[in-house]
Amino acid sequence: MKTLSPSKISKMIPAGGKWSTLIRRGKQITFTALEEGANISLLLYNANDLSERYNMPDTLKAQHTAHLTKGNVLMSDNGRVLASIIEDSLGWHDPLSGYTSRVLTNQKYGITTYQNERNDYFRSGEENFAVELFRNGLTPRDLMPVVNLFSKVYCDNDGNLHYVTNHSKKGDTITLRTEMDVILVLSNTPNPLNPAATYPSVPVQLTIADAEPIQENDTCLNHRPENRRAFENTWEYILLSKGGIQ
Amino acid sequence: MAVLNHAVSERKVENASFNKTIPAGEGWIYTLEPGQVLRIVDLEGNQAADTLFYDADKPSDHYSAVNTIQRQGNVYLSTGSILVSESGKELVKIVADTCGRHDTLGGACSAQSNTVRYSHNTLPMHNCRDTFMLQLAKHDSRFLKRDLAPNVNFFMNVPVTPEGGLAFQDGVSAPGKYVELEAISRTLVLISNCPQLNNPCNAYNPTPIQVLIWDK
Repeated sequence: MKTLSPSKISKMIPAGGKWSTLIRRGKQITFTALEEGANISLLLYNANDLSERYNMPDTLKAQHTAHLTKGNVLMSDNGRVLASIIEDSLGWHDPLSGYTSRVLTNQKYGITTYQNERNDYFRSGEENFAVELFRNGLTPRDLMPVVNLFSKVYCDNDGNLHYVTNHSKKGDTITLRTEMDVILVLSNTPNPLNPAATYPSVPVQLTIADAEPIQENDTCLNHRPENRRAFENTWEYILLSKGGIQ
Repeated sequence: MAVLNHAVSERKVENASFNKTIPAGEGWIYTLEPGQVLRIVDLEGNQAADTLFYDADKPSDHYSAVNTIQRQGNVYLSTGSILVSESGKELVKIVADTCGRHDTLGGACSAQSNTVRYSHNTLPMHNCRDTFMLQLAKHDSRFLKRDLAPNVNFFMNVPVTPEGGLAFQDGVSAPGKYVELEAISRTLVLISNCPQLNNPCNAYNPTPIQVLIWDK
């Protein structure tokens, strides 16, 4: 049978780029760093109820972690799993540092404008997110802590944040599996704690395909009892959102 | 152990213009004018005061945990910390603190997160998110669930390890410890005095807090 739509979507997000899209549950999204030093900031919303979104504190405290890797899930404020991290070549992605603002971008890398630099002006996470949220019926009011894929930031015993340089290499990958219908919102802008003097942003490749059905021995499902209960909440919600008598 | 940035206040209780006790499990909402100072007292010790801030002139601009910790380069709050909004506006500054360390990452308990963290049968238990929602619903029809950004937990100890671990521990507060916040801009303060019974954030015994305000 011929089909007009390919089964696999490939998308390159350039340095400074942004993107948002609806992705139904049961897809896998692989992010590949095309150069070293990648950082792409990510937000997730329930596509069927935009007031439900990725929740940093609930995600971290349920899994007793301050960093994200394979086995972890990204939980919503309603105790459900928006997406799971099913593969990861890095071992650490940053949920703490947030996104770059326009003010910080200008302070660190100098003022750039469309008038002077045309499309090479330095994009900020703040503005990228504002545009992509607005495209989906949301506003900066809906900005929440992001996940910074490919970045490592750790806390010392005094709580000071330390950005780790040379963490991600060319070819590093992380794969998410959607567990609910989501709006994925991305800004490929620098980690705010990256000390590099020149605008540090590199292209990231996205590949989106159908995921394998979740099995009983799934790594994310079995990572902690908390994860299983969040999956149970998710499955209940999905069952209830399906029609009954036809 | 974190640097405990203790600073005792000179303000006297008898000079406060506002003085109220918030029982465990109750909420409170109040608009601070610039220069006003809010003291939150952990009356009996080891109580978590879940607190959110909004730009009172633009309530869609909520407190941002990550902007705040990114700016100061540290995940804990203490004397000198400036709490900023999502847009980067400075809302309040901590001007005194006898506890020394407050949490920015733990967020609020909710019925739903309780089912995940403990068991499905915790769903009916009272929780901070319900208190936040009830307070906002009664206060102003402009507020919606989307305005519930991650909050500050005053007096709560959530240590983050260099290995990237995170735990809830009993610990740094004690009866009578307090924190004082000076409003930099007009700021709406929303507090839930945490009713959580499933972990040591309130030493398994939620207790009252006191709020006092001094005018400029």
